[in-house]
Amino acid sequence: MNYTVGEPIRDTKAPDGPIEERWSKRRFAAKLVNPANKRKLHVIVVGTGLAGGSAAATLGELGYNVTSFCYQDSPRRAHSIAAQGGINAAKNYRGDGDSIYRLFYDTVKGGDFRARESNVYRLAEVSVNIIDQAVAQGVPFAREYGGLLDTRSFGGAQVSRTFYARGQTGQQLLLGAYQALERQVAAGTVKMHTRHEMLDLIVSDGRARGVVVRDLITGEIETHLADAVVLATGGYGNVFYLSTNAKGCNTTAIWRAHRRGAYFGNPCYTQIHPTCIPVSGDYQSKLTLMSESLRNDGRVWVPLRKGDDRAPGDIPEDERDYYLERIYPAFGNLVPRDIASRAAKNVCDEGRGVGPGGLGVYLDFADAITRLGRDAVEKKYGNLFEMYERITGENPYEVPMRIYPAVHYTMGGLWVDYDLQSTIPGLFVIGEANFSDHGANRLGASALMQGLADGYFVLPTTIGDYLAGGPFGEVDQDAVDEAVGQVRGKIDRLLSVNGDRTADSYHRELGRVMWDYCGMERTDESLRKALERISELRAEFWQNVKVPGDGEGLNQALERAGRIADFFDLAELMCIDALHRTESCGGHFRAESQDADGEALRDDENFAYVAAWEYRPEGGPVLHKEELKYEYVKMTQRSYK
Amino acid sequence: MAVTGAVMVLFLILHVVGNLKVFSGAESFNEYAHWLRHVGEPAVPGRTVLTLIEVVLLVSVVLHMWAAISLTRRARKARPVKYAARRKSQASGYATHTMRYGGVVIVLFLIWHLLDLTFATVNPAGAAGLPYDRMVQGFAPERWPVTLFYTLALVMVGLHLRHGLWSAFQTLGLASGKAYRPLKLAAAGLSAVLVLAFLSVPFAILIGVVK
Amino acid sequence: MSGMNLTLKVWRQKGPADEGRMVTYHVEDVSPDMSFLEMLDVLNERLILEGDDPVAFDHDCREGICGMCGMVINGVAHGEQRATTTCQLHMRHFKDGDTITIEPWRAAPFPVVKDLVVDRSAFDRIIQAGGFISVPAGSAPDAHTIPVKKADADAAFDAATCIGCGACVAACPNGSASLFTAAKITHLGLLPQGQPERDSRAKAMVEQMDAEGFGGCTNTGECTAVCPKGIPLETIARMNRDYLRAK
Repeated sequence: MNYTVGEPIRDTKAPDGPIEERWSKRRFAAKLVNPANKRKLHVIVVGTGLAGGSAAATLGELGYNVTSFCYQDSPRRAHSIAAQGGINAAKNYRGDGDSIYRLFYDTVKGGDFRARESNVYRLAEVSVNIIDQAVAQGVPFAREYGGLLDTRSFGGAQVSRTFYARGQTGQQLLLGAYQALERQVAAGTVKMHTRHEMLDLIVSDGRARGVVVRDLITGEIETHLADAVVLATGGYGNVFYLSTNAKGCNTTAIWRAHRRGAYFGNPCYTQIHPTCIPVSGDYQSKLTLMSESLRNDGRVWVPLRKGDDRAPGDIPEDERDYYLERIYPAFGNLVPRDIASRAAKNVCDEGRGVGPGGLGVYLDFADAITRLGRDAVEKKYGNLFEMYERITGENPYEVPMRIYPAVHYTMGGLWVDYDLQSTIPGLFVIGEANFSDHGANRLGASALMQGLADGYFVLPTTIGDYLAGGPFGEVDQDAVDEAVGQVRGKIDRLLSVNGDRTADSYHRELGRVMWDYCGMERTDESLRKALERISELRAEFWQNVKVPGDGEGLNQALERAGRIADFFDLAELMCIDALHRTESCGGHFRAESQDADGEALRDDENFAYVAAWEYRPEGGPVLHKEELKYEYVKMTQRSYK
Repeated sequence: MAVTGAVMVLFLILHVVGNLKVFSGAESFNEYAHWLRHVGEPAVPGRTVLTLIEVVLLVSVVLHMWAAISLTRRARKARPVKYAARRKSQASGYATHTMRYGGVVIVLFLIWHLLDLTFATVNPAGAAGLPYDRMVQGFAPERWPVTLFYTLALVMVGLHLRHGLWSAFQTLGLASGKAYRPLKLAAAGLSAVLVLAFLSVPFAILIGVVK
Repeated sequence: MSGMNLTLKVWRQKGPADEGRMVTYHVEDVSPDMSFLEMLDVLNERLILEGDDPVAFDHDCREGICGMCGMVINGVAHGEQRATTTCQLHMRHFKDGDTITIEPWRAAPFPVVKDLVVDRSAFDRIIQAGGFISVPAGSAPDAHTIPVKKADADAAFDAATCIGCGACVAACPNGSASLFTAAKITHLGLLPQGQPERDSRAKAMVEQMDAEGFGGCTNTGECTAVCPKGIPLETIARMNRDYLRAK
C-alpha cells in the first residue's frame, strides 16, 4: 500500500470551554461584514440540495452576491429530495426525556466515536432551529389532531424526536429550501445556473477563488470567480455504481477540490442501508431505498433452514428466524443501520437469504396488520408499499417485502474544520460532501438535519468571518488558465480514446469490485485485490472507453465518462483508507477486527483519529491524523443487545 | 366563460319552461308568446324586456365565443408541435372533449333555430304564422330532417352543459373536495332534464300528441 | 422468463433549432423487471457501440420523486400506468411485439433541448414569482407557536407533493400549467404561515404562468389523471378563487 504519514492536524478551530457554550462563543467571535460590503462580496455555491440550497438562500438573504450551480434542470431536483424518513431535532415536544445533550450523546455513540464532540453538539443545538425555520416556511410536517407536530422514533433512537412529512420528508424540506432560494433569485441576490457542472476549482494565491464549469447544454467551458467557494455537492456512494443515490450524483466537484489541495476525510466510511429493494438483474441502474421507518412495525426474518425455498407464507412460525430480535433483544428490529445491514449479509452468506440469488431477507408486516389493522398500516406506510409494489410487482400487504442492504450514504468527505472550511482557505464544504458530523456511521434522520444545520445556520456565520478578512486581491490569470486547460484536456482525452467499451460498463465493473471487496465487509486481502483491480480497470478505461459525439452541446455520455474517471481515483483512496484502518468502526467493518460474537471491534488506542488524506500526484497520498478526544461521552464499545 | 355560460343556462331554463306551454294548448302557448312581447307595459314600451334579454344574451354569446376562441388560440400557441401518437384521454368524460366542436355545432344550430322559429324565414308557417303554428308546422313529420338536426344539436347542448355546468363552478373557484361528486351529478342531471324537456316538444309533434 | 422484443419510435432532435423526426429502433430481450429508463439505457449502450448518438433523456433519482424524467409514451405522459413517473414504469406493463412511441413533453414554454430533453425553467420562474413564504433564516418562532388543523396540514401536504415534472402540461390539450401552479398556491395558501402573502402570491404566480405562454385551463382533468402524485383538480378551483379574490 502506497501512502505516507504527514504532520498531524492539531487545530480544528473549535472553541474550548464548556461544550454547550462553544457555538455561542464562536458566533460571537466571528467577525461581521458591513452590510454595505456584503453585496460586493461574491460567493459561489455548488449544489442545490438541502445544504447548498439553504446556504445559497441564506447568504442571498444576508445580502451577499451569490452564484449557485446545479447539474440538474432545476435546483429542486437535488437528491435530498429522495430522503424519506424524517429529520431529528431535540425539541422534546413529547416530554420523553429528549434533550440537546441526549441527541448529542446518541449521535456521538451512533457514530461509533469517530466524530468530533464539538461539531456534534452544535448540530444537536441547531437542530431545534431547523424545525422552527421549516415550519415557518410552510413545510407540511405531519401533525396530530391537536394541531401540533407529530414525531416518531426512528433508526436506533429510543426517544421520539423524528419529525416527518409522510414518507417524503426530504422532498418537503428541499422544496422549502428551493422556494427560499427562488425567492432570492427573484430578488436578484442569487444568480442560478442550472445544467452546469463544476469540473475544477480555481485556487489563486492559496485561496479558493472560483470554479470552472461546463454548460451542459452548450458544452461551453466557463469560469466563475468569487471571494469564497462553497461545495455542497453531496456524497460519492455512486462509486459502487448501484446505490440509492440519484444517477447523476458524483464525486467530481470534491475530487477536483481534493486534487487542488483539500484534504479528504475518512473516505472509507460508507453507510450501507439495510432496507433496500434487492437487485433484480444486470441491467439494474440503481437501488431503491425503503424507508427505515418500516422497521418500526415490520419484522425481519429468514428461514431457519438453509436453502428453504418455500413461499414465505408456507414457512411455519417455528421455522423462521427473526434474527435481529434474537441477537439484539433490547433493540430488536431497530438496531442501527450498520448492524442491521451486516446481520442481513451474514444470514445470506449462511445460505438462508431469500429471493433471486439468495440476496434478500423478509420484512414482514403480517403481525403489524393483525395488531393495528390494515388501514392503520396503510396510513403509515401506504406510499412506501405502493412504491414497493410498483417496482417488484408484489403486494406487501399479502407477501412479506424482500429487502437487502445497499450503499446509501458516505460519512466521509472533504475534511473541514469547525467553521466548515477545508484545508484550502476560502473553500467551504457542507452537507454530505464534508466528512464532519457523523463519524463512522450516521444515524437515521440525521442527514437532513446536518445539511440544513450547515446551510441555514452554521456556514452563514462562519463564512462571514472569513470574508471579513478580505479583500483578497485579483485572481491570478495563470491559475484560471491552468484550470481551464486541465478541464479541456480531460474532455479531449475522453473523446479521443474511441475504444470499444462504454463508460457505463466500466462503472458497473468498478462498482462490483467496490461492493465485493470494499463493501459491507473488508479484509486486508480483499482491499489489496480491489486496489489491483481498480488500477487495471482505470488503465483499460483510458485506453478503451468509447465516448460518442463531441464536447459541443448536450452529451450525457461524456458527462458520465468524466464522472467515472474521477470515481476510479476516489475508489483507490477509499481502499487505501480502508486498508490502513485495521479496526472495525461503524460503517467500516474489517473482518480481522471483530469480537467473539462477530461484532465490530474498535481499536481506540490506535485509531481514534480522523484520517485526512492529502493528494499527491506521485508517491501516493499523505495521511494527516486529527486526534479525536472525548471529554463528555465516555468511549465504550457499542452494544445494542 | 363561466359567467356568460351561466347567463345562457338561466335563459335555457326559462326557454324550456316556455316551450312546455305547448302541452297546455295553442292558446296558452300563443298567449305566453304575446305576453313575452308585452311584459312590463305600459310602464315601458312593448318588447323592452324581451329586447333587454336579447341584448344580454347576444352579448353573452359573443363573449362566450370570444373566450372560447381566445382559449383555443392560446392552446394552439402553447402546443405548436403536435404529438405523433394519438393522445389518449386519461380523464373520464367524453363531454369534456366535445366542447369546442360541440360549441360550433350549437352556434350553427342557433342560427338555423332563429331563422326557423324566430324570424320564420325558413319556416313553413312563415313570419305571419302564430308561434304555435310555426312550432307545429316546423316540426311536422314530413320535416323529419329538421327534427333530426334539432335532436343532434340538443344532444350537443346536453354534453356542453354537462361539462360546462360544473366547470363554471370550478372556474369561479366555488368547487371543493366533497362538492365534486354532487356537482358533477347535478350537472349531468340538469343537462339531461333540459335536453329531455326540449326534445319532448318536437317528439310530441312528431308522434301527433301535439297538433 | 424470456425477454420481450419491442419496436420503439423515438423523437430525435439534435438541438433546439433543429428539425426533429421519429426514428424507429428495435430492442430485443427486454426483461419485464426492467424500468422503462433501464430499457432505454440498454438501447443507448448499443447505440454508443454502434457509433450512433444515444437518445438524450432527463432522469436523476429514478425513484419517482425528483421529477426530472418524463416522456410521452404511446400518447400518454409518463405512460398509461397511473400515478407513476417514467422512471418507475416497468416493462412488465408491455407485451412482446409492442410498438412504443416515445416523445418529449410538447409545449411552447417547454422548448426541446435535445431528443426527449426539454427546458422546464418556466416552472422555476413561476415559483420565483411568489411560490414561497418569506422568512429569513433564524427569524422563525417556535414551531409549536401556531397549531395547524390536521386536515389543513394533510391537504397542504397533498398539494405539496407535486414533483414539478411537467406531465400536467404535457397531457393538457391546452398546454396549461394550472395544476402545477395551483398545487403550490394551495399548499402555501392552506397553512396559517402562508396567509400574509396569499393574495399577492396567487396573483403573481398566475400572471407569471400566463406570461410564460402556457394555455388556459378548460377543466378537462387530463392533468390530474396523469399526475404521478395525483394532485387533485380541486387545487385549481382554489387557485381560481384566490386569484379572483386577489384581483
